[in-house]
Amino acid sequence: MSNEIWVLLQHRDGALHRGSREAIAAARAIAGRNGGEVVAVLIGKGIADLATTAATYDVARVCTVEHDALADYTPGGYVGVLSAAILAAAPAFVVAPHTYQSVEYVPRLAQAVDAALVPEVVAFEDRDGLAYRRPIMGGKLQAVVRTRGEGTVVLTVQSGAFSADDAGSGSAEVVALADAGEPAVDREIVGVEQAAEDTVDLSSADVIVAAGRGVGGEDKMGPITALAAALGADIGASRPVIDSGWLPRDRQIGSSGQTVAPKLYIAAGISGAIQHLVGMKGATCVVAINKDRNAPIFSVARYGVIGDLHEVLPALTTAIEEAKAAG
Amino acid sequence: MRIAVCIKQVPDTEARLRVAKDGRWVDEEDLPFVINESDNYALEEALKITEEHGGEVVAICLGPGRAQEALRKALALGVASAVHLADDAFTGGDAVATARALAAAVRHTEADLVITGSQSDDVGYGSTGSILAGHLGWPHAWLVMGVEIEDGAGSAVVVREMEAGMNERLRIALPAVIEVQAGINHPRYASLRGIMKAKRKPLESLGPADLELDPSTVGAAGSRLEILEVAFPSSGESAEILEGEATEVAKSLVEKLRNEARVL
Ligand SMILES: Cc1cc2nc3c(=O)[nH]c(=O)nc-3n(C[C@H](O)[C@H](O)[C@H](O)COP(=O)(O)OP(=O)(O)OC[C@H]3O[C@@H](n4cnc5c(N)ncnc54)[C@H](O)[C@@H]3O)c2cc1C
Ligand SMILES: Nc1ncnc2c1ncn2[C@@H]1O[C@H](COP(=O)(O)O)[C@@H](O)[C@H]1O
Repeated sequence: MSNEIWVLLQHRDGALHRGSREAIAAARAIAGRNGGEVVAVLIGKGIADLATTAATYDVARVCTVEHDALADYTPGGYVGVLSAAILAAAPAFVVAPHTYQSVEYVPRLAQAVDAALVPEVVAFEDRDGLAYRRPIMGGKLQAVVRTRGEGTVVLTVQSGAFSADDAGSGSAEVVALADAGEPAVDREIVGVEQAAEDTVDLSSADVIVAAGRGVGGEDKMGPITALAAALGADIGASRPVIDSGWLPRDRQIGSSGQTVAPKLYIAAGISGAIQHLVGMKGATCVVAINKDRNAPIFSVARYGVIGDLHEVLPALTTAIEEAKAAG
Repeated sequence: MRIAVCIKQVPDTEARLRVAKDGRWVDEEDLPFVINESDNYALEEALKITEEHGGEVVAICLGPGRAQEALRKALALGVASAVHLADDAFTGGDAVATARALAAAVRHTEADLVITGSQSDDVGYGSTGSILAGHLGWPHAWLVMGVEIEDGAGSAVVVREMEAGMNERLRIALPAVIEVQAGINHPRYASLRGIMKAKRKPLESLGPADLELDPSTVGAAGSRLEILEVAFPSSGESAEILEGEATEVAKSLVEKLRNEARVL
């Protein structure tokens, strides 16, 4: 077992994913608590420039694997290369950003090297040693977890939980990753496509009224539509509203939908799961209407109304119309 | 084609949650439980595939006695048989330990395709299906929004969500583990006939010994992750909370949006 803390850097089209720097920041936080050396790991094809960039962060080394079969990310390719290296070096920690790519292959990597897996860490804690805070129940609660036994701990860090600015700066050497395995490509990439025809572009909307599952049904959208009309706002939604077919896919806001930054964002019946928050936290003023005072949406709201949206929204619509009439 | 679907029973997302007395989990007394959201979509996708290509679906659930209700519901929806991993030895597992037990159950069912959800609404590891694939040595894909089984059933083309509204179309060899995302289809409702028929369908309850599993490798004993405490996050610190009679609240909110936040 070494005291190294490996960071698995994610990249696409010649650029590092923002989460890569956040993962370096998380690794540095572990080093600050437990000691150990932060090592950046970068695998792919044509990654020399990326490695040079990675070397400017506060890491001891950048270890790379350059391979034709790594031109595109595949779980088998990544797990094949990384598992052999991890088994040989036995780093204390392996840190990756909690992205759609990492969540697909990192658990399998952890299983392949017989490591403990801690998904979606938002903070570190001290509980007779290093412990981890992570969301449960869709973000409504948080758990503090700890690992038992010997061996590598693999963790992914939630987007935004650590600041990319805390990746620090340095001038590390770039070396080949020792004992890298062979990529075992297990999928053929047929193509990349747009998930929804973005007929509605919410990214430049000034005011958005967003509906959540709490609205209660397709036939109960009236108050949302009425408020949007009174405000001249666009209508957005959380994912379950789209999945249930109450609104078309191009209204979805969040990590798998659109990213918006309106002046005013009114979230009605939305709990505030991280996948939703990442899409709207750039809004200037968030108003949340929810009957549950513990709903995480209130943590990003400027104003929170605790109550039944079917009472609050019609009252709000009337108040806005009256205010407009009064000038 | 024989498809195993892994379903988890989780607290209803609408339920009011309380922290249990020991502070290590939620209080399950009077808590309503349902099939995990994305697992409903997994069931529907499996049923659709067997309706088009033939074969049958078997549902697998690891969970205590109450979880039998989730399997009964799956049977009512059209699943042919069910496997319940209810033994105490299976409980309290992390994703690696739970997936180890599920893998043994999948081998027991002789399935040639596994469909799971993408993420559970309680612990939310987002990992169990991928690790299950690792235990089985099969390829996998996470966050799947479309599945087409190809002729001869040696392969499937799946559509996988990426960030920022993009999808990737991939071909993977079968057998495989496909982890579907909520919204991939429109789950059906159980018919009265389905509910009646479900009562006569086989529901097997299996323990570690039935699956030749060492009990120390599954459940809490086989896990490296341990939950120490659960709590409500410190929320609401930035929000100014308004409550009371709706008309009054609405008036004061409009006033604040106009004169304080200046966004109206
Ligand atoms: C990989 C992945 C990607 C995802 N991408 C996205 C995404 O892009 N966008 C997204 O939004 N989600 C996404 N999700 C889903 C996300 O995790 C949450 O499940 C989802 O955001 C929850 O939506 P919600 O808040 O509307 O529903 P819920 O979490 O069910 O919340 C409903 C809320 O309504 C409140 N409520 C109920 N009735 C009333 C009432 N009458 N009046 C007032 N309040 C009421 C409840 O208290 C509750 O807080 C993704 C999930 C995964 C795993
Ligand atoms: N106890 C369980 N029983 C059956 N399937 C499960 C169980 N736990 C997780 N799964 C499956 O794995 C998926 C991902 O769960 P998780 O890794 O907990 O987020 C779920 O959507 C289920 O399909």
